[in-house]
Amino acid sequence: MSPPLEPHDYIGLSAAAAPPTPTSSSSSSSSPAPRLTLRLGLPGSESPDRDRDCCEDVAAALSLGPLPAAPKAAAASAGVSAKRAFPDPAQRPGAAAKASDDKQQASPAAPPAAKAQVVGWPPVRNYRKNTLAASASKSKAPAEEAASGGGGPMYVKVSMDGAPYLRKVDIKMYSSYEDLSMALEKMFSCFITGQSGLHKSSSKDRLTNGSKVDALKDQEYVLTYEDKDADWMLVGDLPWDYFTSICRKLKIMRRSDAVGIAPRTIEQTGEIGAALSFLSH
Amino acid sequence: MAPAAPMGRGGSRAAPAAAAPPWHVLPDEVWEHAFSFLPADSDRGAAAAACRSWLRAERRSRRRLAVANCYAASPQDAVDRFPAVRAVEVKGKPHFADFGLVPPAWGAAAAPWVAAAADGWPLLEEISFKRMVVTDDCLEMIAASFRNFQVLRLVSCEGFSTAGLAAIAAGCRNLRELDLQENEIEDCSIHWLSLFPESFTSLVTLNFSCLEGDVNITVLERLVTRCHNLKTLKLNNAIPLDKLANLLRKAPQIVELGTGRFSADYHPDLFSKLEAAFAGCKSLRRLSGAWDAVPEYLPAFYCVCDGLTSLNLSYTTVRGPELIKFISRCKKLQLLWVMDLIEDRGLAVVASSCNKLQELRVFPSAPFDAAEQVSLTERGLVDVSASCPMLESVLYFCRRMTNEALITIAKNRPNFTCFRLCIIEPHTPDYTTHQPLDAGFSAIVESCKGLRRLSVSGLLTDIVFKSIGAHADRLEMLSIAFAGNSDLGLHYILSGCKSLKKLEIRDCPFGDKPLLANAAKLETMRSLWMSTCSLTLGACRQLARKMPRLSVEVMNDPRRRCPLDSLTDESPVETLYVYRTIAGPRFDTPACVQIV
Repeated sequence: MSPPLEPHDYIGLSAAAAPPTPTSSSSSSSSPAPRLTLRLGLPGSESPDRDRDCCEDVAAALSLGPLPAAPKAAAASAGVSAKRAFPDPAQRPGAAAKASDDKQQASPAAPPAAKAQVVGWPPVRNYRKNTLAASASKSKAPAEEAASGGGGPMYVKVSMDGAPYLRKVDIKMYSSYEDLSMALEKMFSCFITGQSGLHKSSSKDRLTNGSKVDALKDQEYVLTYEDKDADWMLVGDLPWDYFTSICRKLKIMRRSDAVGIAPRTIEQTGEIGAALSFLSH
Repeated sequence: MAPAAPMGRGGSRAAPAAAAPPWHVLPDEVWEHAFSFLPADSDRGAAAAACRSWLRAERRSRRRLAVANCYAASPQDAVDRFPAVRAVEVKGKPHFADFGLVPPAWGAAAAPWVAAAADGWPLLEEISFKRMVVTDDCLEMIAASFRNFQVLRLVSCEGFSTAGLAAIAAGCRNLRELDLQENEIEDCSIHWLSLFPESFTSLVTLNFSCLEGDVNITVLERLVTRCHNLKTLKLNNAIPLDKLANLLRKAPQIVELGTGRFSADYHPDLFSKLEAAFAGCKSLRRLSGAWDAVPEYLPAFYCVCDGLTSLNLSYTTVRGPELIKFISRCKKLQLLWVMDLIEDRGLAVVASSCNKLQELRVFPSAPFDAAEQVSLTERGLVDVSASCPMLESVLYFCRRMTNEALITIAKNRPNFTCFRLCIIEPHTPDYTTHQPLDAGFSAIVESCKGLRRLSVSGLLTDIVFKSIGAHADRLEMLSIAFAGNSDLGLHYILSGCKSLKKLEIRDCPFGDKPLLANAAKLETMRSLWMSTCSLTLGACRQLARKMPRLSVEVMNDPRRRCPLDSLTDESPVETLYVYRTIAGPRFDTPACVQIV
């Protein structure tokens, strides 16, 4: 059986112990054995000693967990710091040795809003995170509409090919694609030479008939939007509520220019389907 | 001589006559039959270790094989040793891959397993993959290689698309179960559902809830209509409410339902349609889905509440009274998964209504948003543990806890087998006394002698690990994060916990010493994960040298190569993953992972 392990201050926490030479946690005999405290700082960083009982402060500070003893290789330390996705500018990715004045510890006075996220914590599965994020954006939109048009207005820029200036519309003012297209028609009527309404669709229409396809063919213009991934997509595929949450910009393109954004068949819906068809033509 | 052979439960004793052959020369078929009564693979494994003839009989008759770590043995090893397998389950990436801690392209490819199976197990009927990379080629090979293929279960996998599903639909004539749980599936807009031939009627389980993108509802309706044995149907978010009613009318025999998108503006006629459809489902026992559920529609479910044993509303963001009213009608509930929007008062109602509850999971609705508070505290868990005598499995996300609550819970429910508590903010102490939660978790492990799985959180010192090491004799899986204050903590665990199989640790101040001191323990375990601890490369090298039957994987920043040779022994190790293996080091590691 190995010799009994003593609790030791693995990080070398006392302010005096700022070893420029690398120490591994196993060679602890040289470092002083101060009172055990929970600390997030680097060896020798100058934050006040904390009482273990005052852990509220520690909890409030960003908890990254303890960092290993001073490394030698720049790559390794860059690896450690970069992995955390920590936006704190104090994090120096190029640091070789962790010098005593390098404060990586989040200050206890930092407001919770400034807290960065620790990777993978709390332990919520990626699948759950993504699903909840999608439904949160979907549910916020109708909730805000339901609150008598409350929630802030959502102004998006509308551009049109050939028009000398852009307009802005509050897409929350509208409750369906039909409404939006009629409003845009009115807004840009001086530039349009009389055409039937822009895109309109509902999920039922999409699934049961191809009328959408026909409508597009008749028009001179197509309505497209830029989503949060900065992709240009054809308007009309998504449920209206979801669309209002992800639409960033609108663009009325000439049909001849919108060669890449072709009308879809009934089955091809959804963002991925749209993106693929965009590329395949 | 009268043989009194330990032939396993249910095995018969040979006649105590002098004419009977000695038991150790009984033909293999007798042993094979006897072993078929052994319920657990571990029992079969133990029997196989008794002597050569039992080994021979056991391995030849093994029908179900579970490979808990795809790198513990090579696919060929598995096929060679168990030639008669009909059902195989393989798990790949470590558990923390679920939370993004494993670098992309880490490994766990299913292809070698499918290839070996195609070659060695032509009669294979069932495949389950969990946390593995499954490609469309794999799925095509499955469809083409096993003439009696019946069950495909993919859990938390990635790498395939609807094209692969199309191959399965078209090629597996006898498919009974297609169960896709929480996978990342690329949507190639291929109408895979249409590829089930018109003559195909054998489906019992169809779960495509994780699929994004639309399916052709008409095709789905026809499929559901002609598969009279369909018992489980879990739809994806693209199926709207009115279509759900139609589907239910065509499959009133279903036992398990995952609803599609449950949000819609309230229309009385749609409500009545739904209500009538549910009323026809007299066998419905398990319910899930209900994303974005609109509260006004929940009463449509009321007629099935009486019979429900399992309710997964963990993606339902409905709050308050409607949710509580609904759950309180489900008096026979054994499993409840719900969001923390249920709050303490909702759990109090659950405690009084659902006395048969065995498993409770409460998920966080806003895990990353400290400002958004729901009133879910230790109170809810205390109430449920006090009033539900059969409760044995808990997963609970909350923001505060006390030692007293945990001690009460431990006293109320010594029958816990799985206790996972996640206090969302790391290092959170007991909020009334500001003490660490050592006493609370110690009470849990001391009281719950049958505890098999434990996740700890909050402010914890080495003391709690001493208790766990000493008392948690049946513990098989332990998850630790942001806890402990020295090497002692890890040492207590590794030198105790007799049954420990999986240990996963992140962000704890555990270093090299306990790891090296307890190296032999690691060979009795399935795997050890340590990330953001205080390990150095030197210790990993030493461990690898000392224990040749362990694979010691070191992972650093995914964006960089892992040029281990140039690094010194003192270099810190960001992530360590150690597992026992008979297959030697693997060759499919990405650049940021290296086997030491």
